Amino acid sequence: MPKYMLIMRGTDESNAAMMANIDEMMATTRQFIEDMFKAGVHVAAEGLDDAGQGVVVDFSGEVPVVTDGPYGETKELFGGFFLLDVASKEEAVEWAKRVPSAPGSKIEIRRVPGEDEVPQDNGKFVKEGALREGNGQI
Amino acid sequence: MGTADVEAVWRIESARIVAALTRFTGDFGLAEDAAQEAVAEALVSWPLSSPADPAGWLMATARRRAIDAIRRRTALRDRYALLAADPVVDEDIDPDRIDDDILALMFVSCHPVLSPEARVALTLRVVGGLSTEQIARAFLIPVPTVQARITRAKKTIAAAGVPFELPPAGERRERLGGVLSVVYVIFTEGATATSGDRLLRPDLAYEAIRLARTLAALQPDEPEVHGLLALCELTTARFPARTGPDGSPILLEDQDRRRWDFSAVRRGLAALAKASARGLGPYGLQAAIAAAHASAPSVEATDWDRIVELYEALGRVAPSPVVELNRAVAVAMASGPAQALAIVDELIASDRLPGSHLVPTVRGELLARLGRRPEARAELELAARLCANQRERSVLLRKAATLG
Repeated sequence: MPKYMLIMRGTDESNAAMMANIDEMMATTRQFIEDMFKAGVHVAAEGLDDAGQGVVVDFSGEVPVVTDGPYGETKELFGGFFLLDVASKEEAVEWAKRVPSAPGSKIEIRRVPGEDEVPQDNGKFVKEGALREGNGQI
Repeated sequence: MGTADVEAVWRIESARIVAALTRFTGDFGLAEDAAQEAVAEALVSWPLSSPADPAGWLMATARRRAIDAIRRRTALRDRYALLAADPVVDEDIDPDRIDDDILALMFVSCHPVLSPEARVALTLRVVGGLSTEQIARAFLIPVPTVQARITRAKKTIAAAGVPFELPPAGERRERLGGVLSVVYVIFTEGATATSGDRLLRPDLAYEAIRLARTLAALQPDEPEVHGLLALCELTTARFPARTGPDGSPILLEDQDRRRWDFSAVRRGLAALAKASARGLGPYGLQAAIAAAHASAPSVEATDWDRIVELYEALGRVAPSPVVELNRAVAVAMASGPAQALAIVDELIASDRLPGSHLVPTVRGELLARLGRRPEARAELELAARLCANQRERSVLLRKAATLG
């Protein structure tokens, strides 16, 4: 079964607005997460630290080049995600509308294909499986 | 907003709205009718003009329809007076009470006065927020059948005077068991469809998991709730490997374990840890068995002794011929087919699973391993005749054919 990821896209302005009201934001977000748990749709959620603290590994050249700071345009920053196990894209959209958000921010909704959608003879998958076996994960 | 958008809002809101309205009117059947009327209105009006607050719109409309219905019932004038005096009539849901009300709704939907089929249909509709059509499609039954079950169920609840409340402490555990068994029935139909041409109905299994997660959030101190959730997660984890590209079933021993859903395994193991707090109950034990499979790299490397122990424990807390049969399979793996055959023959002698295709399926398999091929073939052919799932039947016939 597919899942849906709600990707938080904040801007500098919306992030600043959020930080100005951080206590209220935390409380409403906690309530929102609790609502998702009670509806049986919550799978995972994480928030990201400041993009300025990030590091980028760039594979454009022959060897990976490591640079500090956010990648490319910083108008919209990936700030965190919710992973939902819902029955339809429409339901994911409905949950997205309820995410406590500061004005100016956006939420991108992406479908996460289920394991059953992975083709049965996928080489990459076999490799990953072998790796997991090697790690004793299976 | 289109039909799918209305359905999406309803999926999220149905339990809260029906629960709040039942609390508000004291009448579950009336609340359910009013809620359904509100959805029907939304399906007509939202495509023309979307409300700013769809959830609030549904609640307000359902509440108005409930009041209309009460007004029409002159015989219930006293209740209307009570309603007018009720301080909890504002359109906001009381957050402190709604959790208990949703639980109460689950207890009503799974009430023992109802037939098992009615419990399933009612739970999926009022708690799960599925439409009659979606339920009919999931169970491969006609829409009017589902409608009739729900109508009859509401009448039965009214006639029996089932109160809208959490069961008293003395009955709580047993009634919770009733709710869990409804969720389990929905799950097992999704995990091995009893009829039709598909082995799995992942959508139905998903509904059960969703209900189990809701229960786990609302009853976090009940180990068996987590046990059931763990069992569901660990069983669905194997779904991607359980059928071939053509939809035919793949037995555990032949499954490509790399295709298992390891996120689901992790969620299942986490739920199992919560279930283990005070010794495992029947669902927790079944989940522990599923966990033993999920953490084994192959059939050969599976801890079959541990699985035999778990089946023995399960047989003590929840004795059933199916558990005995599964124990026989585990014994065959741990100690060999001869000892397992003795368990199966004992089951047959006591005639505790009459008409089930599972007994001859296992017996045939054991006989084949013992090299008693003609007998094995006869058993597998008998199993195929008794099996209602077409996919499973063809596997049995193929296996019988290889035994010459």
